[in-house]
Amino acid sequence: MSRAEIVQSADAAVAGVEDGSTVLVGGFGLAGMPFDLIEALIRQGARDLTIVSNNAGNGDVGLAALLAAGRVRKVLCSFPRQSDSWVFDGLYREGRIELELVPQGNLAERMRAAGAGIGAFYCPTGVGTPLAEGKEEREIGGRRYLLEYPIKGDYALIAAHRADTLGNLTYRKTARNFGPVMATAATTTVVQVDEVVEPGGLDPEAVVTPSIHVDRVVRAQARRYTVQGAR
Amino acid sequence: MTSPSDRPRAGAPTAADHRLSMDELAAVIARDIPSGAFVNLGIGQPTKIADHLPADSGVVLHTENGMLNMGPRAEGDDVDPDLTNAGKVPVTELPGAAYFHQADSFAMMRGGHLDVCVLGAYQVAFDGDLANWHTGRPDAVPAVGGAMDLAIGAKDVYVMMPLFTRSGEPKLVPRCTYPLTGVGCVGRVYTDHGVFDVGPEGVRIRETYGIGAGELADRLGIAFPG
Repeated sequence: MSRAEIVQSADAAVAGVEDGSTVLVGGFGLAGMPFDLIEALIRQGARDLTIVSNNAGNGDVGLAALLAAGRVRKVLCSFPRQSDSWVFDGLYREGRIELELVPQGNLAERMRAAGAGIGAFYCPTGVGTPLAEGKEEREIGGRRYLLEYPIKGDYALIAAHRADTLGNLTYRKTARNFGPVMATAATTTVVQVDEVVEPGGLDPEAVVTPSIHVDRVVRAQARRYTVQGAR
Repeated sequence: MTSPSDRPRAGAPTAADHRLSMDELAAVIARDIPSGAFVNLGIGQPTKIADHLPADSGVVLHTENGMLNMGPRAEGDDVDPDLTNAGKVPVTELPGAAYFHQADSFAMMRGGHLDVCVLGAYQVAFDGDLANWHTGRPDAVPAVGGAMDLAIGAKDVYVMMPLFTRSGEPKLVPRCTYPLTGVGCVGRVYTDHGVFDVGPEGVRIRETYGIGAGELADRLGIAFPG
């Protein structure tokens, strides 16, 4: 089956996530974070997860709540330490969660590579730094590069603005962030949107994620979060 | 676009009689940013530079979470949870703004399309090495964000920082002792005591604020006249 499915609840949208899965979670801070899907994933109960996301949770909501529920074994992210990342900080200091720190552009490009069928790529970011340890280095055209491997997800959980019933997606402002890249990089891509329209209801020129990358779509609840104090 | 060295520096102190505040320093950097440049301002002190860019500068601000032509901080009803800067502070969009995803945002950085990036730092070495992501303390939770990508991506990387730590240690040093963010990537360092060019040729004092060039060179252990 290749066509996207419009499901009626966030619980149905995250059905089937298995213990030990790698889950790509969209959002930059709170913008673009798929709150409904994460809350459903907490109810669903999958454990021992590897989470790939830019941050490691803000406050006590969303990703932070998933971490607090003890479902996450490892996090790949660029910026876990924030003024309100107390859930991650506590787990990390107690040695109860594993961290792979990835520069933000490498995080995006490694997922892009996974979605584009690239086996690995040479990237100049991080050369000569502690994050280069254990990586193959090569000089190309007089510049030094590190070999970086794709990051592929079993699931991607992302938030978009609007979808049509085929699964084409548009985004809003900087909430787009990791969504379009993660949508390409997972076996099963699950999207929460503010609105679902009929085919023809989205301007084809404005579609950012084409439906081929989307597996399940659910309409989100009205927003319950603000950016006040979020960092 | 004109290069910084070609630009007239009307009003910019070349040997100010006092140490500059971070706001005054932001104004100095704003004057050095070429008109029409695509610029990324790092989290923290460098964001102040935006307040000093002339309205007709034509400078386009890039924020690495996926936007060009970012506007000022949003207040009141203009706050939109879907529109923040890289520090996750609500911002606004200017006419001519564009949004793009993370892989595109960092591709335009790495691909050499960004003209200038201004970053904060823990330490900068005379040869342009940058340390600004990790104190190296064993109990610190490490976080890097886009710092390493920015450091090696922009055509010109400037650092804005106080020249000395609170305990008086220089932050412009022969070799960084903190973990590196990038190798030989910084070209210029703007500080409260003066402005420096750094790179393969070593360090050179461009301007001083409230201190003689000789004394400054002495405090940093660099050869005078720099």
